[in-house]
Amino acid sequence: MSELISKLKGIASQVRRDIIRQVANVNSGHPGGSLGCTDFLTALYFHIMDHDPSFNMKAHNEDVFFLSNGHISPVWYSILARSGYFPVEELSTFRLLDSRLQGHPATHEGLPGIRVASGSLGQGLSVAIGAALAKKLNKDTKTVYALTGDGELQEGQIWEAAMFAAHHKVDNLIVTVDWNGQQIDGPNDEVIGLGDLEAKWSSFGWLVMHMDGHDYENIISTIESAKENSNQGKPIVILMKTEMGKGVDFMEGTHKWHGKAPNAEQTEIALSQLEETLGDF
Amino acid sequence: MGIEKYTSTEKKSTRDGFGAGMRELGRSNPDVVALCADLVGSLKIQTFIDENPERFVQVGIAEANMMGIAAGLATAGKVPFATTFANFATGRVYDQIRQSIAYSHKNVKICASHAGLTLGEDGATHQILEDLGMMKMLPGMTVINPADYNQTKAATIAIADHHGPVYLRFGRPSWPVFMSESEFQIGKAIVMNEGSDITVIATGHLLWHAVEATKELLSKGISVDLINIHTIKPLDEEAILKSVSKTGKCVVAEEHQRNGGLGESVAGLLARNNPAPMAMVAVNDSFGESGKPDQLLNKYGLGISDVLEACEKVL
Repeated sequence: MSELISKLKGIASQVRRDIIRQVANVNSGHPGGSLGCTDFLTALYFHIMDHDPSFNMKAHNEDVFFLSNGHISPVWYSILARSGYFPVEELSTFRLLDSRLQGHPATHEGLPGIRVASGSLGQGLSVAIGAALAKKLNKDTKTVYALTGDGELQEGQIWEAAMFAAHHKVDNLIVTVDWNGQQIDGPNDEVIGLGDLEAKWSSFGWLVMHMDGHDYENIISTIESAKENSNQGKPIVILMKTEMGKGVDFMEGTHKWHGKAPNAEQTEIALSQLEETLGDF
Repeated sequence: MGIEKYTSTEKKSTRDGFGAGMRELGRSNPDVVALCADLVGSLKIQTFIDENPERFVQVGIAEANMMGIAAGLATAGKVPFATTFANFATGRVYDQIRQSIAYSHKNVKICASHAGLTLGEDGATHQILEDLGMMKMLPGMTVINPADYNQTKAATIAIADHHGPVYLRFGRPSWPVFMSESEFQIGKAIVMNEGSDITVIATGHLLWHAVEATKELLSKGISVDLINIHTIKPLDEEAILKSVSKTGKCVVAEEHQRNGGLGESVAGLLARNNPAPMAMVAVNDSFGESGKPDQLLNKYGLGISDVLEACEKVL
């Protein structure tokens, strides 16, 4: 376990460097939530998910993942590139003209690893449910994963989807909520409070679990436990506590880096806190 | 080829044509999945559901969720048909369609009944007259508005084999049946009568009014080129330009707002290529109201006499 965790931490450090360097390159993008979800996505893609090694996009007999909070594209692009979906060098094209790495994830340019566009919030959970239903129709026993933001739970479509998934027993679906407590305009509690999220999801008929999104042992054991509880008639949601900006001290715990890139000096400070483990793009 | 071929001995609704198409698809295409937002009876898909219960998804009154689920089904190779009333299948969920279906180029068929004024007594909240405009503006979206039961059935079957997002629009009322199924091909206009004095183009329910108007004009010795445009997008530009280069004038009839409708597409095409006098039979920047279909079509300027008047204006 410790060997695995140290491997994952090494990857995550490089992913965080990739995030900072992508947004700094174009002076735009969303580093805060990207850094906060890095540990979860690293564990998911490099340990938990069962990918089709050919990277074909047919979604047959493999675990699939949907990102609903598409603005954290920098972390997803880095994770996908470092997983082998596309060349790592392509990260240098983030948000540039003619790039496959659009500001928000898109299928339009044919970037492998992305199955549907996201960015306009609240839509990814419905799409993940559709993919989970397709797996059942195809007698495919693999799992569908989805990640949503917490502010995104203010969208009504999320709760349409939540009601549907419980009614139709979509139990091959594990949804994680990035619960960093922040959104663009400030803390959730000041914008529109989310209330008792555990009570909300469980009253909608979901099995609710909790996770520390920066503790690898906890991430791995929680998702393993979620998998053990799947296929038992209930969709599963993991409320994941994270810190926005995790890994770069001056970005941690504030909404101020939600959608803002660091300047040259800040970039240098940020990179000095993150070890280059796999070679920069 | 002439108009005498197009007569009607029975009336059936276009939504019944959709249901008949779905019944056939249920039997012939194992990838087709139907979704509905609590309007199964109105959409006429009960036979599909009875015969393929595992391939039907009841989403309840949650159209945004339905569009997302349809996109998700398509990511794994299914061919989802998302069905509800046209009002809830377009305006209510425009952003879901735009991002999860159109921009993502998902093979989703959005199938929308009760479009237009002919929905009748339910009134303007449900009588959408803007849907063709919204859907045709989305890049990559195929938009089809068939004219009768047979054409709707044929279109329903055809779109399952067409890869890419489609908006299929049909309606509630019993309506004359006069087209044949075999004539339908996505994107291919049907020239129903050849003539040299005026081009009459119509789509959806209004095509029957154009047929009646054509017969009237022919009896007065006016030679009419009558074109059935069931596919609003991609538009069969060649057929329209060929006809108007012959007649030099054109009337377009549709059960839709003038802003954003087929008439506007045709006007743009002619303005770019071959400007010609034209008139539009369409709703002029107004909402509908409760009433019987024929009463509403007459009140809002979509009757047979309105098509004739428009023709006289440009002749």
